Amino acid sequence: MLDYDTLKLIWWGLLATLLIGFALMDGFDMGVAMLLPYVGRTDEERRVAINVVGPTWEGNQVWLVLAGGAIFAAWPLVYAAGFSVFYYALVLALCALFLRPVGFDYRSKLAHPHWRSFWDWGLFVGGLVPALVFGIAIGNLFVGLPFRFDDTMRVSYGGGLLDQLNPFGLYCGLVSACLLALHGATLLLLRTEAAVGLRAQRAAMVLGCLLALLFILGGVWLAGMAGLSLQSQGAVAKALTPFEKTVTRVAGGWLLNYGRWDWLWLLPVSGVVAALLASLSAWRGWRWAAFLASAAAIVAILLTAGLSLFPFVLPSSMDVQSSLTLWDASSSHKTLWAMLLVTAILLPIVLLYTSWVYRVLRGPVTVEAIRRDSHTAY
Amino acid sequence: MISPDDVVTLSRLQFALTAMFHFLFVPLTLGLSWILVICEAAYVMTGRQVYQDMTRFWGKLFGINFAMGVATGLTLEFQFGTNWAYYSHYVGDIFGVPLAIEGMMAFFLESTFIGLFFFGWNRLSPVKHLMVTTLLALGTNLSALWILIANGWMQNPVGAEFNYHTMRMELVSLSEVFFNPVAQAKFVHTVAAGYVTGAMFVLGISAFYLLRARDTGFAIRSFAIAAGFGLAASLSVIVLGDESGYTTGEVQKVKLAAIEAEWETHPAPAGLTLFGLPNQAEERTDYAVKVPYALGLIATRSVDEPVIGIKDLKRNHDLRIRRGMKAYEALVKLKAGDRSDAVLLQFEQHKADLGFGLLLKKYTPRVVDATEAQIAQAVSDTIPQVAPLFWAFRGMVGLGFLFLFIFGASFWYLARKQLAPRRWLLRLCVVAIPLPWVAAELGWFVAEYGRQPWTISGILPTHLSVSSIEASQVWTSLLGIGAIYLGLFVVEMYLMLKYIRLGPASLGTGRYHGEATTA
Repeated sequence: MLDYDTLKLIWWGLLATLLIGFALMDGFDMGVAMLLPYVGRTDEERRVAINVVGPTWEGNQVWLVLAGGAIFAAWPLVYAAGFSVFYYALVLALCALFLRPVGFDYRSKLAHPHWRSFWDWGLFVGGLVPALVFGIAIGNLFVGLPFRFDDTMRVSYGGGLLDQLNPFGLYCGLVSACLLALHGATLLLLRTEAAVGLRAQRAAMVLGCLLALLFILGGVWLAGMAGLSLQSQGAVAKALTPFEKTVTRVAGGWLLNYGRWDWLWLLPVSGVVAALLASLSAWRGWRWAAFLASAAAIVAILLTAGLSLFPFVLPSSMDVQSSLTLWDASSSHKTLWAMLLVTAILLPIVLLYTSWVYRVLRGPVTVEAIRRDSHTAY
Repeated sequence: MISPDDVVTLSRLQFALTAMFHFLFVPLTLGLSWILVICEAAYVMTGRQVYQDMTRFWGKLFGINFAMGVATGLTLEFQFGTNWAYYSHYVGDIFGVPLAIEGMMAFFLESTFIGLFFFGWNRLSPVKHLMVTTLLALGTNLSALWILIANGWMQNPVGAEFNYHTMRMELVSLSEVFFNPVAQAKFVHTVAAGYVTGAMFVLGISAFYLLRARDTGFAIRSFAIAAGFGLAASLSVIVLGDESGYTTGEVQKVKLAAIEAEWETHPAPAGLTLFGLPNQAEERTDYAVKVPYALGLIATRSVDEPVIGIKDLKRNHDLRIRRGMKAYEALVKLKAGDRSDAVLLQFEQHKADLGFGLLLKKYTPRVVDATEAQIAQAVSDTIPQVAPLFWAFRGMVGLGFLFLFIFGASFWYLARKQLAPRRWLLRLCVVAIPLPWVAAELGWFVAEYGRQPWTISGILPTHLSVSSIEASQVWTSLLGIGAIYLGLFVVEMYLMLKYIRLGPASLGTGRYHGEATTA
């Protein structure tokens, strides 16, 4: 069995991997849905866009389900405090996510234009709202969340209904929507032709530049914000409660890690470069380069967020001591170890058959193909 | 009955409604997926087009149902965190594990291959496509396995221990959690119930086509597969009825006593109460009709093991609550930093009953100062309402035997080629379509309502498990989710009925009823 502190660190990496996996895989599903009103002007064009992601989106959403389950198992306190403090946000995201499975499967089963247009908007909402909500949630990690623990580890809350709609949260929601829309656009560029492909190309060019600008703005904003600094932490190789550390709030606290490790600057820089590259490649018609660049932008931007917060995972604004770090939010030594073994065996198998499915379903989606398979296509 | 500002009741209501709504779609997925495998295997072996058409048509209905299952499943996972935060913290170390494994081993499998099932017909060889369908069915069933391991642990929490430092239950043995006898009994019973649901769905719709004398070749083959599969499934669901799971674990015993309205412990083997009127206030069953020996044989699978009655269970709970108060007293001292040997010993000796002590928190926050009256109240809380459990259980079992009769009769007359004149049977098949859902919901009601007042049997009371959120928050989500569910349900039923009425003609092959015949 690996040491407890090593396992805690590995699980930070694994959960980051699962969340990035979700953004990479389901990100383009949400992105395509967000772009649906723009790239598809006719029913057939919208069906082309929908059928680019339709056959595979369901598997991609499992990254979200798995990330949720893994947080439950590996960071039970984060699951408990985080999900309940984001109560309204999560219920909203959930209600939007309901529209996706039903939207994909039901939309083309009836021909009535009102029916189809209803589900097109349903898919749009199912893509945009979760992207915004998850972005706002990440933004609020930097702002801090109004919760505290009592000595039995029961969570209590402060703050008002609309507190999470603060400027920085909304800004992060915008970055998230922009990022995932870009990813959707580059996928459409890769998998469609004619009018849909052309519009996707234009969208990718604009979104890439916009994303780069927004992301740079975020860095400047963060420098002026107060962040948390971990002054001392109990023995990290032991089971810890949140009360065994001292935390202070300092100006520019979320940039402290960049002073500690110089190489960390590479991450936000590559985020900006990747976003611009996606834009450039879309303009030049380099389809694969554009798609890979938007994927790289997702990885770099999410890692930037995660490592700026490191080792915090759920900061509290109400009581800084109650903030959770990867050292004191983890489940028991045995659970982390058992789950690591299970993941090491199962996740590669998942990746293997997922790539096989993508291989079988490869190739462009065209209006002609939709007409031919009108009864079976989404 | 429901106080508008009671977060516990509201959260329970929300969980019950969303879980029962989700389970409208799960059992059909479980059963229909194997029927798709059977139809497609027949296609691969015989090469006859009708079997491929059957796979595709029943697959279309499967897809309509599956979408709802996926949509409503998310709510359940999120809800543990949003509404049951203290539960999530208290048992996440164990409970989160099967949920995460479910995602990795099962949900990925079914969700990845469902797309290929619909879109792979022209891209895969018949054998490869059959493999995809099989993996899809395997995924749905494995999903049930892990969810029932999680649920089985709530009913019978094995392989875990309380850690007073972190204030939570922690994993001791993963294999004990996986091979929990209650979980295994629940799994086989639940999937068998799903198979009955899938079979009744196909049987009833095929009978509808046969009554209308349309697409008879298609319908009779579907009917045959459903009758055979359903006969095996309804036999299993009765034989594997999970009463065997009611003998391990304290709360499972309570549930058994409640569904059988056994107030007293009778010498083994106990008699089975067929009917009667449970009277909770006076702790007896009026007008009971009893079958001698039957309960003891069914529940304990033995002739010498007694079934413990409610009065004896309560006496035992009274003792455990008093021991739980000692455990709580020691825990408070431990939390305050007193780690002396005497305190540690007191805690170790009584910690198995800590959960019973926590029951008193409902009446006095300090637990240790509970009065005799409060203890008596807590003891009475440990027994759920008997009458609803008694009746729900009988409803479920009665339906189970009705299903056995329907599948048996269908199979019999089909095998003797006398089905067509038996219009009463075909009509019965159509009318019976919704009944497996009723039986499944009754079964879940028995399992979950029968577990009260606990979320984790004997460990964590329900009233302590909720998040400390505002009632207005739960009202918002309850009404919002409820409204969307209602809308989606109407849409789903409309689409389902429309495609059932269209029949295999919806495939657009030109081979079926109502289509203009093309060459």
